[in-house]
Amino acid sequence: MSIIATRGLGKQFPGVLALDGLTIDIEPGVVGLVGANGAGKSTLIKILLGLLPPTSGEATVLGHDAVRESMKIRELVGYMPEHDCLPPDVSATEFIVHVARVSGLPATAARERAADTLRHVGLYEERYRPIGGYSTGMRQRVKLAQALVHDPKLVFLDEPTNGLDPAGRDEMLALIRRIGGQFGISVLVTSHLLGELERVAGHLVIIDGGRLLRSQAVTDFTQASGVLAVEIEDDATNRDKLGERIAQTGLRVHPDGRLLLIDIADETTYDVVRDCVADLGLALVRMENRRHRIEEVFSS
Amino acid sequence: MTSVIHDIGYRHYDGPRLGRSYAVRSLFLHNLRAAYGLGRPTKTKIMPFLLFTIMLLPAAISVAITALASRIGGGQAINLIRYEAYAIYLQPLIAIFLAAQSPVLASRDLRFHVTPLYFSRPLSRIDYVLAKYGALTTALFILLGTPVTLLFVGALATKQKHLGTHALHYGAGLAGCLILAMVLAAIGLVVAAFTPRRGFGVTAVMAVYLISTAAVGAVQGIAENQTKFTLARWAGMFTPFDLVDGVQVWALRAKVSTAEPPPSGIGGPVFTLACAAIVAGSLGVLYLRFRKAGAQ
Repeated sequence: MSIIATRGLGKQFPGVLALDGLTIDIEPGVVGLVGANGAGKSTLIKILLGLLPPTSGEATVLGHDAVRESMKIRELVGYMPEHDCLPPDVSATEFIVHVARVSGLPATAARERAADTLRHVGLYEERYRPIGGYSTGMRQRVKLAQALVHDPKLVFLDEPTNGLDPAGRDEMLALIRRIGGQFGISVLVTSHLLGELERVAGHLVIIDGGRLLRSQAVTDFTQASGVLAVEIEDDATNRDKLGERIAQTGLRVHPDGRLLLIDIADETTYDVVRDCVADLGLALVRMENRRHRIEEVFSS
Repeated sequence: MTSVIHDIGYRHYDGPRLGRSYAVRSLFLHNLRAAYGLGRPTKTKIMPFLLFTIMLLPAAISVAITALASRIGGGQAINLIRYEAYAIYLQPLIAIFLAAQSPVLASRDLRFHVTPLYFSRPLSRIDYVLAKYGALTTALFILLGTPVTLLFVGALATKQKHLGTHALHYGAGLAGCLILAMVLAAIGLVVAAFTPRRGFGVTAVMAVYLISTAAVGAVQGIAENQTKFTLARWAGMFTPFDLVDGVQVWALRAKVSTAEPPPSGIGGPVFTLACAAIVAGSLGVLYLRFRKAGAQ
């Protein structure tokens, strides 16, 4: 069952067509929504939350219509906005307990969930201090905590790594992976950086100018142009001999230092390489899958 | 090792989820606390609690003097401050509280873009506006009603004559406080909602109070000089305290506490309608303001 489905979704702002006949189906798991700034990522999320009405088409979230059943959807999802959205004069604990209650959790449960969630996102003693004094990384954690505190089925994370330094970025990505894995909460995470989402998402949706460019599993992106790196013992002559032999089978081969890089045609490629090595009586040191980064897929 | 504490497994929540009315109550309570700086740093508590204390002082002094007078036998010649007049007499203090705390409720969420977090939860924009309005109204009612209650307790403690009449006037006084709180909250929130920076908000609310009061005072002075007494009475409609006092005089049979009573005849009903229009109009404007903010 798909958690998010849109049919010909369109949104026309005065002078700008933000979404243009967008049709997507998204399965549970961690899904990356990629697009340049202004591609329509935030607009899509706001429509899915029922915060903006679409001008055409329809959308469902967890089986509920985004226009007619937005209240129901908002009970089941969490939302982390892209921009700063925290009041400075309250502590993280005070604020997260408050939003948990607005999400319908009774007072005691709200306090317990707030404490748990803040710990999960990695905020400890500082959670009793006013948010105004937090670093960007800590604010992002509080923003994430408020999206998770009511234990949603699905969270929308809009550019969660924005403004973070490389270490903070890695920590945030690790957290997102945990939310999708250990927590069992589906995630729709947006970014304008492909490489980032490749590390956490199982499925990628790429939009540009409000239109769908591609929607497929991350493994599909990389398998299509997968490369097998093969290293054998001894000198370059052996490497070239093996290269010629493999090329005769119709596979594309090119040398890369001590390695041979072989484009993977299909499952049999591995067997072909193994047989060629065995026939020539060479010693195989290693044979490994090299996935292209998604960026390379798009630049080529 | 912190990792020991850190490595707790994720637990799902399968307890009750209380619906929309609970969400509205939670937001109401949060804002009511915010109006008095509760759950916030000490410096945000100073202003509201200082004003709250100063509001109590005249009532406390009035009760003390009455108690003293009755002990030395001068007794019933000294009266407590009238219940219905208390808030009108202390209007500058109330205006300062309104100016200082309206921005806390109305513009803080806008300024720090907190509204998307509310509107992505099971809460409509009407709910949001009503919770804010209810919270400021309640905060003001506590500010106005507590000293009036202190006066009544003082009347009981000093065993004033005609306690039945006291009770009636106390009831009318509280009703007047509620109407005043509703009108003031409506004005304060609208003005503050259009001035996202807190300092501007405070100044704007104060300006509305001072300018309206000064202008109405001037018009009333000139009108009386020219013996146009009806005009002087109608002018009271344009300042919140005179307006609500007019309603008290007409609907609650209170003695007039301001310079002019409302015009006789249709004056009372018109003043009452004006109060209702201010509240309704304010809620409408706030709804439009936050509808726009939520979509950003």
